[in-house]
Amino acid sequence: MSSPSAPAARAPRRATRDLHEPIIGGVASGLARHLAVPVLWVRVAFVLTAVIGGMGIFFYAGLWLFLPAGDHFETAAPGLESATRGGRRPGRIRRLTDAGPVVALAALGLGLLFATEAVFGRGALIWPVAIAIAGIALLWRQADEAQRERWLDTTGRINVSRVILGDGGWASYARLAAGAGLIVVALLVFSLRSGSLSVALDVTFAALAGVAGLGLVMGPWIFRLASELTEERAERVRTQERADMAAHLHDSVLQTLALIQKNSDDAATVARLARSQERDLRAWLYSEESTDEATVASALRGVAAEVEDAHGVAVDVVTVGDRDLTEALRPAVAATREAVTNAAKHAGVSRVDVYAEITGEAVDVFVRDRGKGFDPDATPEDRYGVRHSIIDRMDRHGGTATIRSAVGEGTEVHLHLPRPADQEADEE
Amino acid sequence: MSTETGTIGVVIVDDHAMFRRGVRAELEAAGAGVVRVLAEAADVDEAVAAIGEHRPDVVLLDVHLPGGGGAEVMRRATSPDTRYLALSVSDAAEDVIGTIRGGARGYVTKTITGPELVSAIRRVADGDAVFSPRLAGFVLDAFAGSIEVAAVDEDLDRLTEREREVMRLIARGYAYKEVAKELFISIKTVETHMSSVLRKLQLSSRHELTRWASDRRLL
Repeated sequence: MSSPSAPAARAPRRATRDLHEPIIGGVASGLARHLAVPVLWVRVAFVLTAVIGGMGIFFYAGLWLFLPAGDHFETAAPGLESATRGGRRPGRIRRLTDAGPVVALAALGLGLLFATEAVFGRGALIWPVAIAIAGIALLWRQADEAQRERWLDTTGRINVSRVILGDGGWASYARLAAGAGLIVVALLVFSLRSGSLSVALDVTFAALAGVAGLGLVMGPWIFRLASELTEERAERVRTQERADMAAHLHDSVLQTLALIQKNSDDAATVARLARSQERDLRAWLYSEESTDEATVASALRGVAAEVEDAHGVAVDVVTVGDRDLTEALRPAVAATREAVTNAAKHAGVSRVDVYAEITGEAVDVFVRDRGKGFDPDATPEDRYGVRHSIIDRMDRHGGTATIRSAVGEGTEVHLHLPRPADQEADEE
Repeated sequence: MSTETGTIGVVIVDDHAMFRRGVRAELEAAGAGVVRVLAEAADVDEAVAAIGEHRPDVVLLDVHLPGGGGAEVMRRATSPDTRYLALSVSDAAEDVIGTIRGGARGYVTKTITGPELVSAIRRVADGDAVFSPRLAGFVLDAFAGSIEVAAVDEDLDRLTEREREVMRLIARGYAYKEVAKELFISIKTVETHMSSVLRKLQLSSRHELTRWASDRRLL
């Protein structure tokens, strides 16, 4: 909902491989997203060009090699990441719907393969080559899986066996063995076929193929190792920042606990301390929702946090949509602060709800409590800050403030601030 | 079946023993005669086994759970009449919406008070939906702007004006009764609207919802 994915200075769009639900290497879906075409078209194109002359295979392999992995190091809030690592959240979801087209494409490709074979009678060459390609693909895919691991062992060094085998486990060993085995089989078939030629030719060819195979197998690892070191470094910086933050938070938790022990006979203070600490931790662990003045939603959350700390009530903020906080919108935030403070001070309840709808045309804020309520018509002019700081303020800036309240039924303040006309030219 | 005594049978699933104890104590205090705790479970496997054995009416389900999270429990459990109420400390949009799409009929945060929790359990047991203000906010956000294109959209993929009003009031912190009073409709009608929003949230393949969700990496 609220957290705006504030796009920093527009970076050039780069194609990436889609690692969320890859079928082989995520190249097709990554490319489809980059080109904004249906992924099926891309897959059909790859299969067609693969069958006609094999270009598609090399093209795919090249892209697999050179496209960076998509959002590989994208990070979630630490609490969510930890829950994911601990298996306490659902993992990546495989799209079953993709299986259909893939099976169809595979059948089509196989059919075309047989057709070519039947027409040109080149069956002799196609099978060894196909087996070799399958082997290399398996190995590349394995390299890819391994790459998803952090590649670092506990000492922070790059661990070669982890690079090759990922987490280990029989599956990765089996894949590795299958890939290597397929290449060997392909070489064997090849040398048997060409047994009619001189032995020297055989040996040379086998050696060349071996070197080429090694290059193909090692290529992706070496290339990626180099290309992702920078990302790794950036990730390390982020981790360090996060560690600092964690230290700060733990410190503040300790302080809070000390304060709670000291005030353990004062229920209101304990509740306030607990609430404020809870808010800190929750924001950091799960939502990374800021409380600064960058956007309307975060400014409102900041207001709520201040009032919570000052008056010991819980203020729940729900926002829909968000925009940058401009000068023109500040009155709405200031009036919200007044309204929430009033509710905290006078309503006599422990909870205030704030709901904000922030659209392109207007900002609407509702501040609601279920407290004592009052009769707006009967309130003396001088006594309530409402008239001055809320209604007049909103009026001055072209908005409106509506107060609904009745004795015993709580109070709801509705603030409405349309976007000023001169603002519209500035944005978008 | 657990309803033989007229009470609502509940299984508490959470990996923190202290929290389970707290909820149990609260339910026994605030829900005496209404809610009966049948069992507790600390991870997905235990939960699936406990649900299979006790066939509870309602499962209080933590979103983050060893073994694949709360959604995994709903996927594997074999008790068709059991309903799920998600209870979480995480307010992350992807977790909330993901759990609802996994089959939960409601979502409340762990700071909910005992009586509120009992009434939420009763609603879920009756087949109604339970929306916290925050969940209502997510729904409005996810279905934002759909009214303008209402003419062409599938029914599942947009909220009606009435459903939107209900969601907005829930997000503003109104209780069901207050929503009904505000809109001059019956509580039953409010409940119908909520259930229909829940259904849309679970079934919609709405482009906007998909994109909104995948921005948060959940589909």
